[in-house]
Amino acid sequence: MMNRWQFLKRLTPLLALMVLVLSACGRADLSALNPQGPVAQEQFGLMKLAFSIMIGVVVIVFALCLFVIVRFRRRKGDKSIPKQVEGSHKLEIIWTVIPIILLIILGVPTVQSVFNLSKDYSNDPDAVKVIVTSHQYWWEFEYPELGIKTAQELVIPKGKIITIEAKTADVLHSFWVPSLAGKIDTNPGGSTNKMFFSAPKEGVYLGKCAELCGPSHGLMDFKVKSVDDASFDRWAAALQEPVAMPSDPVVAAAFESKCLVCHAVGDKGGPLYPNLTGIGSRDSVGGILINTDDPKYSNEASTYENLHRWIENPDDIKPGNLMGKIDLTQQELDGIAKYLSELTLDYEK
Amino acid sequence: MDWLTTVDHKKIGILYLIAGGFFFLVGGLEALLIRIQLWKPLNDFVSADTYNELITMHGTTMIFLAAMPMLFALMNAVVPLQIGARDVAFPFVNALGFWTFFFGAVLLNVSWFTSTGAPAAGWTAYAPLSGPAFSTGHGMDYYVLGLQIAGIGTLIGGINFLVTIINMRAPGMTFMRMPMFTWASFITSALILFAFPALAVGLAALMFDRIFDANFFDPNNGGNAVLWEHIFWIFGHPEVYILILPAFGVISEVISTFSRKRLFGYSSMVFATILIGFLGFMVWAHHMFTTGLGPVANALFSIATMLIAVPTGIKIFNWIFTMWGGSIKFTSANLYAVGFIPTFVMGGVTGVMLAAAPADFQYHDTYFVVAHFHYVIVGGLILGIFSGLHYWWPKMFGRILNETLGKWTFWIFYIGFHLTFFIQHFLGLLGMPRRIWTYLDGLGFNEMNLISTIGAIMMGIGTIMFILNVVITNAKPQNAADDPWEDGRTLEWTIPSPPPEYNFKQTPLVRGYDAYWKEKMDGHKGMTPAEPIGSIHMPSPSILPFTMSLGLFITGFGLMYSRDWTFITEHIGFYVAGLGLLITFGSMFLRSVYDDHGFHIEPEELEDKGVKA
Repeated sequence: MMNRWQFLKRLTPLLALMVLVLSACGRADLSALNPQGPVAQEQFGLMKLAFSIMIGVVVIVFALCLFVIVRFRRRKGDKSIPKQVEGSHKLEIIWTVIPIILLIILGVPTVQSVFNLSKDYSNDPDAVKVIVTSHQYWWEFEYPELGIKTAQELVIPKGKIITIEAKTADVLHSFWVPSLAGKIDTNPGGSTNKMFFSAPKEGVYLGKCAELCGPSHGLMDFKVKSVDDASFDRWAAALQEPVAMPSDPVVAAAFESKCLVCHAVGDKGGPLYPNLTGIGSRDSVGGILINTDDPKYSNEASTYENLHRWIENPDDIKPGNLMGKIDLTQQELDGIAKYLSELTLDYEK
Repeated sequence: MDWLTTVDHKKIGILYLIAGGFFFLVGGLEALLIRIQLWKPLNDFVSADTYNELITMHGTTMIFLAAMPMLFALMNAVVPLQIGARDVAFPFVNALGFWTFFFGAVLLNVSWFTSTGAPAAGWTAYAPLSGPAFSTGHGMDYYVLGLQIAGIGTLIGGINFLVTIINMRAPGMTFMRMPMFTWASFITSALILFAFPALAVGLAALMFDRIFDANFFDPNNGGNAVLWEHIFWIFGHPEVYILILPAFGVISEVISTFSRKRLFGYSSMVFATILIGFLGFMVWAHHMFTTGLGPVANALFSIATMLIAVPTGIKIFNWIFTMWGGSIKFTSANLYAVGFIPTFVMGGVTGVMLAAAPADFQYHDTYFVVAHFHYVIVGGLILGIFSGLHYWWPKMFGRILNETLGKWTFWIFYIGFHLTFFIQHFLGLLGMPRRIWTYLDGLGFNEMNLISTIGAIMMGIGTIMFILNVVITNAKPQNAADDPWEDGRTLEWTIPSPPPEYNFKQTPLVRGYDAYWKEKMDGHKGMTPAEPIGSIHMPSPSILPFTMSLGLFITGFGLMYSRDWTFITEHIGFYVAGLGLLITFGSMFLRSVYDDHGFHIEPEELEDKGVKA
């Protein structure tokens, strides 16, 4: 018996470490273990409860196992026959009832939380409504009340409840921002899924597609950007402003004839593919080429370089995407990349 | 030729083992390629398309072409022996089951060598990605038809075991005296009977969508994509228990034998097995918490799923208490069995965590899930299969696997396994989705993925060592004793290793649970026979199961390429398909009209036939 307690004692620091690791682990903008909003917080609470129960179970079973293996090894040459025990009703009832109790402890908050998180805020006047449409391999965000549409970067006012209506234009995808809320699938056909979340703190949160949707499934990233109310209003207003075309007439002509067929900027262009208004002030190109002046990794570069790389050969970056290689001269390519990288929305003060 | 026509359950067991083992290596190779691709960020070792083919084929191969056949190998080799039967109820059907599985498996893997490549929509083949609009090549056709043909084999195999276990038990072998492995095989077979038709229907519907322009799963034409999810998981969830229950059975046998103790709480074990089988059907929607079924469905399926922890817990504690007070011998077989317990507990507790729907919104489709189901399937099922193989190898082949090499294999495989998958729990919680071709640098995933890849390589080395062990053992003389572990408890240890064609010269009389052990404890040398020595009726070998399956294989090709071969002549694909069906139905016709009464082994032959398998 002494043995077992010592074993448990030795295990305690390990457990303490585990709890520490769990409670502040991973990047604040990406990890489910580092929740940044009430929805993810509630989910994390449930995870912590489950973790504690399960670690308890695991420790007890492991300790029992270890004890049995050490204590009842067969000694060399041992020919004795152990007592053939049929079973024990008392013991069997104990290990039926204890799990049931543990499951009730976990089950009740689970059910509560299921209903909590399924609340529908879509008619709440204070909530910001967003229609999320997933495409192979990008995200479209429409704000029906504001009459604006954008892509790849979901800008939201901090603290406000955001209600999502999730649907897809092609195959199944799943909308997931780990540090703000769990995922919801985007189903084809008439079934639209709803969810809500909010981000009390300003910042950029990483979002991902979580349902296999084709070759570039793993590259279908997006960002959620939480800003203060005033910035959000400025952003929404700026998005509706008309946008000037490139100053170089050659570039402008190429842009209009080759890009605006599918893409839109301001009030011009087609709505089929990602809306490019304000693309210069987004955090990334295509969700995965990170815009930064201080590049460290091969997927990081300045906005101009990223746009240049993308337009030059999109298939190289996201295999299987529908843009395909566009026939552009070097001058047109450079010009369009430069124009787009300067297409910024100045809304954060 | 002998192997193509055999209807002997022991030989079919060996065929299943060889084929299943081969596909286990194929699936393992696919896994290693996946892990090599993920060993560093932004790697381009394989292309995005190839990667999706790899994950799809890895999952499909491991579940349908490796795990199931290896379980069927053990069930075929052991179940008739454990219940004191001379063969399965329908030996011809048993052979047919093997050959349909085999040709289905080959058909599926042919896709690698075609210009459009292997299926790439995930082993779950969610519509509409798996439909004709988004999977334009023939990959998914191979999936649909290969699995359909292989599924026939599983279904008739399952039915065969049900009938065998119900009808062919030796006198005195009541249900509550059946060894745990036989019980587990029985419940598994029942699950197969109810689950596989669902898969067959789903695959048929998907085949109609793909080959005949139907719209079952195409929402643009009134179909429903979520319908596929339901059909798939109504099959897919019980499938998990189809896989794990026989492993539970193996563990029960091995632990009890090597602890020299009867199984603790046998009746509660039986009850728990039945309950797990039943609940297995009630929880399919826990794979669909994020599909948007609404809070009521999510709450119900959460609770139902958590309930499975109760019978599983009963089993775990019963195993521990079987060892308690016993005299535990650590053979390689028992190492796998004992190693199974903590590993499976790990897989089980993460299962309960996943059952909490709101938390699952975070776990779903991340590496946390990948870690969870590999703990269950590799840490549960594969350890179980390895344990069973080491345990019954002498019975199947008459040779004991090398113990030293066996123990080394165990430790390398086991450590490699935990290295690979334990860390993946954290990868998932830190935000890494599953099925991603590559990941960006600087997200904090790099080191953990590297460790995981090293672990996978260790598992690969372990598997190669096992094969080495098989080769080395095979070169040794066939000299295993009838009861090589000396603590055998069940009927299979009362007959020679490997058993003669007819298994039991005289059907044994079973006087209690752990029949052989009971006789040994009463001081008897062997079982009391239930009948006098007499002429034994045996079924004749037949090539028809092989040709029937070959016909289906040809049909599969014809259907798939019905549109591509129009340059030869219109509808040629359908003619090829027709030819295949003709072969199949022709063989069936022959089987029906030709009366085959089998043959008899006379008492005088029994004496000199000896141990020939």
